[in-house]
Amino acid sequence: MARQIGDVIVDLQNISLRFGGVKALTDISFNVKEHEIRSIIGPNGAGKSSMLNVINGVYHPQEGQIFFKGALRKKMEPHEAAEQGIARTFQNIALFKGMTVLDNIMTGRNLKMKCNFLQHALYWGAAQKEEIAHRIKVEEVIEFLEIQDIRKTPVGRLPYGLQKRVELARALAAEPHILLLDEPMAGMNVEEKQDMCRFILDVNDHYGTTIVLIEHDMGVVMDISDRVVVLDYGKKIGDGVPEEVKNNPEVIKAYLGTSH
Amino acid sequence: MLYREAGQFKATYAEDSQIFPIRQDKIGFWVLMLVFGVAVPLLSNEYWLKAILIPVLIFSLAAIGLNILTGYAGQLSLGSAAFMAVGAFAAYNFILRIEGMPFLVALVLAGLTAALVGIMFGLPSLRIKGFYLAVATLAAQFFIVWALVKFPWFSNNSSSGVVTAQDVTILGYTFVTPESKYVLTFLIVALMALLAKNMVRSSTGRAWMAVRDMDVAAQVIGFRLMRTKLLAFAVSSFYCGVAGALYAYTYIGTVEPEGFNLDLSFKILFMIIIGGVGSIMGSFLGAAFIVLLPIFLDNVVPVIFGDSLGAGFVSNFQLIVFGGLIIFFLIVEPHGLARLWQIAKEKLRLWPFPH
Ligand SMILES: Nc1ncnc2c1ncn2[C@@H]1O[C@H](COP(=O)(O)OP(=O)(O)OP(=O)(O)O)[C@@H](O)[C@H]1O
Ligand SMILES: [Mg+2]
Repeated sequence: MARQIGDVIVDLQNISLRFGGVKALTDISFNVKEHEIRSIIGPNGAGKSSMLNVINGVYHPQEGQIFFKGALRKKMEPHEAAEQGIARTFQNIALFKGMTVLDNIMTGRNLKMKCNFLQHALYWGAAQKEEIAHRIKVEEVIEFLEIQDIRKTPVGRLPYGLQKRVELARALAAEPHILLLDEPMAGMNVEEKQDMCRFILDVNDHYGTTIVLIEHDMGVVMDISDRVVVLDYGKKIGDGVPEEVKNNPEVIKAYLGTSH
Repeated sequence: MLYREAGQFKATYAEDSQIFPIRQDKIGFWVLMLVFGVAVPLLSNEYWLKAILIPVLIFSLAAIGLNILTGYAGQLSLGSAAFMAVGAFAAYNFILRIEGMPFLVALVLAGLTAALVGIMFGLPSLRIKGFYLAVATLAAQFFIVWALVKFPWFSNNSSSGVVTAQDVTILGYTFVTPESKYVLTFLIVALMALLAKNMVRSSTGRAWMAVRDMDVAAQVIGFRLMRTKLLAFAVSSFYCGVAGALYAYTYIGTVEPEGFNLDLSFKILFMIIIGGVGSIMGSFLGAAFIVLLPIFLDNVVPVIFGDSLGAGFVSNFQLIVFGGLIIFFLIVEPHGLARLWQIAKEKLRLWPFPH
């Protein structure tokens, strides 16, 4: 592979997160390196989604520190994480239901758009130029993900698999440094999964985007990940390259103990 | 083959993102502009201009205001009439108290005043949603009307807050005739509708809709919740404020705070429900519908049922029809008349070959 794995870009240290009495994450440390595909696996309720929510500021952990590009990160709101180049998709699709595919993907570029509402109201000169420039970028994403023929469709009318793809498109439109994907292949058939894997690998390869992936399909995870971290009941029980993780006795126990 | 995009290929994204990408729509738009901008004032009688066309335009503007807040940004408001009141009384005071204040400047200042008040009452939206926010805007409705009555300064010490709008003069021309007032109203409303359409089809509108549809996802892709919601409150109130000022200056002439009561707020809400939530055109359709329906029923009901039923029956019948329509649209077609129109167009586009 052409891409070179770089330095640590996100470093999570001793993260603990509680919801009332529920301990979602307990003392978890791991890091993500630039350009790698880093997977988070674990049984249901292990705290995987919570982990992503901590990384992009949706949840604020009670304990622990997060270093981002080497600097200690203060309490960060989701929109600030977006400004730092972190994009994501959600486990339960979080598209804007009342908007078309095109508009949904256009929202992904909002941080790169500089015109204000008065310029938008006039839709003249700068505002129109900007809208078109970003439309061109969005069309590239649309072409890349092969969704040209559904551009103008309201997202609510799309089948599940395509909605997942549109959500990925919206995240990619932001040209993120780090892409957080929460079960992007859940509920897909084999063919759709293959497409999705291809897209993820392509993004990683062409744009060097760092990817943090949550996925239940072990075949996929072991295939495409550079490194894997394993959570169980909010605790880290394994971390390493796929081979190591596969042979880790604790991981095997956790997985045999559940339906996976 | 009357209404068809066949053969109209869009070579650039600029063409594809026009307001009216289909040529027939563009022609239709200009025909409408000519009809309502030129033919109507020339041909209509005074009754139509004063009692129907001017109020329809003004209510359309208020409905656009509410649609921006509720239809696009998803923040339910029951205070539209109060923001109209702010606009009306602000315009009155700017013209009264500032020597030589040009009317159009007063109109903009009235809108800005309403926008400021709107931002103030929009602050709770950062914490509360849905039903509770509606209750908060209800508080705005009652508080504003109360304040305008309570402090005589707003109405220049007139009894119970009644004020008479000054003459409307622009560049030395005074708008006295219904025709001239109609044309002025038409131009302002058409311009503001265009500006609103532009906002909702660009990044500003996408921010509003994103916050409406899923606020967590909106934040995660970088929209700022507070800024987006407050901008919706400001722009919405600006529109309602200008509508209120026009209501006083080109429509009824004499206004009192009580005239901008909760009933009127509900009327505007019904306009967007019937016309189409989240549609600029729907705002016009809804306003026209709600202004015309009572007039239509007044004329039709006695003919069908005879005079024997008495005057009370007609007004009750109106309420029943309104109630029924609101329920119908809420359940069957939440996107209102605008959506029905769109469906009709889609059918027409395929006609006569449905497949
Ligand atoms: N917002 C919240 N409020 C309360 N509890 C929460 C919240 N989010 C997560 N939890 C709890 O935290 C724990 C971890 O949940 P999380 O969604 O992170 O698991 P997960 O590994 O993503 O599971 P799955 O594979 O089912 O998606 C669960 O016990 C869950 O109930
Ligand atoms: Mg999860």
